[in-house]
Amino acid sequence: MAFDAQAKRNFKVVGTRVTRPDGIDKVTGKAAYGADIAAPGMLYGRILRSPHAHARIVSIDTSAAEALAGVKAVVTGADLAQPDDEDFADVAINCLARDKVLYDGHAVAAVAAKSKSIAKQAIRLIKVDYEILPHVTDVDAAMQPDAPVVQEGRALETVPAGMSQNVTTHCQFGHGDLDAGFAKADKIIERSFKTAATHQGYIEPQACMASLGSDGRGEVWCCTQGQYMVRANCAAVLGVEESQLRITSSEIGGGFGGKTSTFIEPVALALSRKSGKPVKIVMTRDEVLKATGPTISSSMDIKIGMTKDGRITAARGELRYSGGAYPNGTVNMGAQAAFAAYDLEAVETVGWNAMTNRPKEIPYRAPGAPTAIYAVESVVDELCQELGLDPLDVRLMNAARKGTVSSYGPTFNDIGLVATLEAAKAHPHYTAPLGENQGRGLSCGFWFNFGGNTCVSLNINDDGTVGVVEGNPDIGGSRASISMMAAEELGVPYDKVRTVIADTSSLGFNDITDGSRVTFAVGLATIEAARAAIKEMCSRVAKIWDIDEDAVIWEDGCAKPAGPNAGTHPPMTLAEIAAIAGKTGGPIAGHHEVNADGAGVSFGVHLCDTEVDPETGATKILRYTVFQDAGKAVHPDYVEGQMQGGAVQGIGWALNEEYIYGEDGRLQNAGFLDYRVPVASDLPDIETVILEIPNPGHPYGVRGVGETPIVPPLAAISNAVSRAAGGRMTELPMSPPRLLKAMTG
Amino acid sequence: MRYVKPESFEAAATLLRNEDGIARILAGGTDVLVQLKAEMVEPDLMVDLKHLPGMRDIVAEDGGFRVGAAVCGAEMGEDAALKAMWPGVVEGVELIGSSQVQSRATMAGNLCTGSPAGDSVPAMVTAGAVARVQGPDGVRDVPVVNIPTGPGKNSLAKGEFITSIFLPARPDNASDAYLRFIPRTEMDIAVSSAAVSLALDGDGVVTDAHVAVGAVAPTVLLVKEAGDTLVGSKLDDAEIAGLVSAVEAACNPITDKRGTIEFRTKTAGVLAKRAAHIAYSRAGGQA
Repeated sequence: MAFDAQAKRNFKVVGTRVTRPDGIDKVTGKAAYGADIAAPGMLYGRILRSPHAHARIVSIDTSAAEALAGVKAVVTGADLAQPDDEDFADVAINCLARDKVLYDGHAVAAVAAKSKSIAKQAIRLIKVDYEILPHVTDVDAAMQPDAPVVQEGRALETVPAGMSQNVTTHCQFGHGDLDAGFAKADKIIERSFKTAATHQGYIEPQACMASLGSDGRGEVWCCTQGQYMVRANCAAVLGVEESQLRITSSEIGGGFGGKTSTFIEPVALALSRKSGKPVKIVMTRDEVLKATGPTISSSMDIKIGMTKDGRITAARGELRYSGGAYPNGTVNMGAQAAFAAYDLEAVETVGWNAMTNRPKEIPYRAPGAPTAIYAVESVVDELCQELGLDPLDVRLMNAARKGTVSSYGPTFNDIGLVATLEAAKAHPHYTAPLGENQGRGLSCGFWFNFGGNTCVSLNINDDGTVGVVEGNPDIGGSRASISMMAAEELGVPYDKVRTVIADTSSLGFNDITDGSRVTFAVGLATIEAARAAIKEMCSRVAKIWDIDEDAVIWEDGCAKPAGPNAGTHPPMTLAEIAAIAGKTGGPIAGHHEVNADGAGVSFGVHLCDTEVDPETGATKILRYTVFQDAGKAVHPDYVEGQMQGGAVQGIGWALNEEYIYGEDGRLQNAGFLDYRVPVASDLPDIETVILEIPNPGHPYGVRGVGETPIVPPLAAISNAVSRAAGGRMTELPMSPPRLLKAMTG
Repeated sequence: MRYVKPESFEAAATLLRNEDGIARILAGGTDVLVQLKAEMVEPDLMVDLKHLPGMRDIVAEDGGFRVGAAVCGAEMGEDAALKAMWPGVVEGVELIGSSQVQSRATMAGNLCTGSPAGDSVPAMVTAGAVARVQGPDGVRDVPVVNIPTGPGKNSLAKGEFITSIFLPARPDNASDAYLRFIPRTEMDIAVSSAAVSLALDGDGVVTDAHVAVGAVAPTVLLVKEAGDTLVGSKLDDAEIAGLVSAVEAACNPITDKRGTIEFRTKTAGVLAKRAAHIAYSRAGGQA
C-alpha cells in the first residue's frame, strides 16, 4: 500500500498528543494484567526447575507430590506432545524438559494444587535423579571443538563440517573486493568485542490462567505480545486443534520482545487437562530472569579501513552469538544490520550461532542489531580519533542514502539517515563544552522494521461512534495510535473511536506484536478498513440521493455530492448515515486483511555525554539526545517515549546489566538487586528530536519506531566513556570494576 | 507460623528463648519479609516488637540520643537535632533501600542482620554507638562494633534483641560522614563503604578521629590506624595518603558478582578519603 499521493496532507488528528485510552485504568489500578485473572475452582500451578546447568534426567518420581492432600495434578515433559516441527518441539522441551535439562532454571515438572502453599510443598516432594553433565556458558568456549555439546545434531547445513556441534548457524553477507578496499586505506583498525546477555526487564512477570476441558476445548488468559502465537504454540505442544483454543491477551506490563514466546501457558493447560480445573501460573522475578529469554551474548571482531579524509574503504565483521541452549538465528539479523548505516564499496559480515547452557534467547528490541552496531560504531569512532576527524562528518560522508546498495543486499529507498545526522550536527548538544573527565559519544542505529499478517475490523455503530477491532496486544500505545488513524481517515473526533484487542476466536490471524509492526501494519489495515467503510457509506448515501456512487465523496466526516452535477444535497454526517443504516442495507463495517509489505527501515542517531570517576570507575550520563526518523509520528508522546525508553534500556545494557554465571553454570544474579536496570536517579532527561521522512510504504508515511532506539546507545555510551577515560573500551557492560581496571591498569 | 505481639520486653525475651523452632523478630520487617517471599526461611515463631515502649522513639539522653530499635530511617531523617549532631549516621540509614523501605527499615535491624555491607553500621561504629540489649536475664549495653560477628551472624544470645541504640554526646567542632560505592545512584547494596567521624580544636586541627569501612571484610571494620593518622592534622595530603594506605591495608574483601578484591580495596580508600573531607568540612574545618 503506497504513500498517499497528496504530498502535504493536512492532518487533523494524526500528530496530536491526545489522551491515552488506557490511562485511567492503569493509574487507578483497574487494568487487568496477567495475574489479575481468576476463575471459580481455580488451582495454583507451580513449576519445579533444574538447579543444574546441564544434566541428564535419569528419573522423575512424582508419587509423593501426587499423594499430598490438595494436589490435583502433576505433569512432566511426558504429558506434552512431541511436535515434528523443530521450532514447536523446542518450545515444548523448553516448557518442560524431557531427557536433559539444558540450563539452570529449566522447567522439569509442574503441580496444580488448591493453594499456593500446597503447591510449594508438592514441588519439594518431587524427586528428580540427575546425572550432571559438563556445561558451557561462554560463546567462544562453546565454539571450541572439545566443548561440552548442549544438543546434538542441530546444526544447519550451512555450518561447515568439523566444528563443535554447538555451532548451529552460519551466515555471510556483503559485496565488493575487501583486499582491494583495505589496500586503499590509510588507517586500518581491527578490534574484538564482547557483550553480556541482557534481559528485557519488563516489570510484569509472565502470568496466565488456563482451562482445558474433557471436551477438548480450551481457554487461556495471559500476558503476551501475541495471542495467535500462544494459540499456535499451545495447540502444537498440547496436540489439540487451534480452533478449540481461545486465547485472550491481558493488559501487558512491558514486553520489549520478551513476551513473544510461551513458557507457562502450555503447562497450565496440561495441568488443567489433567485436573479438570482452571489453573493459574504466575512467574516470580527469579523465574523470569532464569527461565524466560534474555537477549544473545556476543563475541565480535571488526576490521575497518579508512582514508585520511574519512572515507571508509572496506569493512569486515565476524559475529559469534549465543542464543542459549537452542539453535538460534538472531546472528543473521546482527550480520545484516552491522554496516547498514554505511554506503560501502567492499563489506563482509560473517555470523555464527553457538548453543550454550543458558536460557533460550527471546527477542529483545531489534534483536541482534545493538551488539553488532556497537562493535562497528566503536571502531568507526576510534578511526575518527586516530585520524583527527569529526565523527559526525565522517558518518555523513559515508552515510547510506536513497539508492545505496545496503551491506546486506537490498537497495535503499527513501531513508532518513542523512537528515538525522544533519539534525544531530545542528543541535546545540553537539557543540556544548565538556569538562574534565567528560566525553561525548555518538552512534548511528538501524532497524529493518516489519509489516506482516494483519486483520482489522472497523464497525460503524448506530450512534455514530466507531469500534476498531484489532489483534495485537498494546505494548506501546497502539490503541491510541490506531484510534487516531481511524478518526483521521473517517473525519470524526478521536474520542468517537474505541479500539479493542480481540481474542483469537474473534478476528483473523495476526502476527505477534514485534518488528515495530503494529502502528505501521495495523495502522495501514485500519486506514484501509476505514476506507472500505467509507465506500459503503457513500454507496448508501448514493442510494438515498439516487445518484451514482462515484458522485458521492467523503470529506470532513461527511458524505457530499461530488460537484454540481451530483445535485445540491446537503452533506450527511457519519452519525446520520449510521442512524439509518438498518433502512439502507444493514450494519456498516469495513475490514482489511493483509500481509503488509513496505515497513520501511528506520535510522537513529544518539548523542551522549558522560563523566567518568577516575578513582572509582563510576560513569555518569550527563546529557543524552535521541534523533530518529519516525516517517510520520502518529502520537508524538508515544514516539518520544519509545525513543527515551530505548535509550534508557541501552544505558542499562552499556553500564551495568549482565547475566553473571558462576563456575557451576548457575545464574548468580536472578533478581533486580544484582541485575541492575537503571533507576530514575541514574538518568538525565532524555532529549528527543523526531524527524519525519515519509515511508513510501504507508499511506501516512509511518515507520515503526519501537526498536531503532535501543540500537545506538551501546556504542554512543562506549564511545563517550572511551573518550572520557582516555582508552578504548571493548566489553559490555562497562561496570565500575571493569572500567576502573581499564583506567588504572 | 505463629505471630506473637508480646506485652513486655521480658515476655518477648522469654518467648524467644523458649522457642525450639526457628524464631524471627519483626521490627521494620524489611529483611524478614523479603526472606519469607524468597522462601529462604520459614519461621515457626514471629515476634513483633514495634509496639513496645520506646521502640518508636528518639529521645535526648546525656547530651546524645537514644534511638528506639523500631525507629525507621525516614523518622531519623526528619529529626533535625539528631541529624545536626550525627549527620553521617543519619545519611547512612537514609541510604537503605527505597522511599518505601525507608519508612520501615531500622538501624537495629540493619545491625543485627550482620551484613558487612549494612549502610548504617560504619557510621554507628565511628560514632561509638552502644546498643541496649534485652535478654531473658535482663538488660546489657554492648558497643555496636561488637554486635556483628560475620555475614548473617551476630553476638546476641538466644532470646536477646536490641531495644535501642545510643548515640553519645559530642563536642563542638565535631561531625561525621558516610559514603558508599554502588554501581547505580540508589536502591543498591554497598560494594564498599566508609564512615569517618572527626573532632577538631579551635584551629581546625583534628583532635579525635575514627574511620570504619564496610563490605571489605566479614564485618564492618574500625580501622584504628587510619583514625590515628588523621589526629593532629588538618587533613593535608600526607595524612590523607596515610589514611588511604591504612584503610587499604585493613581491607580483606572477597571477589563476587558485586566487585573484585582489588576494586573493593581501592574504592574503600577513595571513599574514606572523600568522607574525611566531608566530615572535616561539616565540623567547621577549612580545607
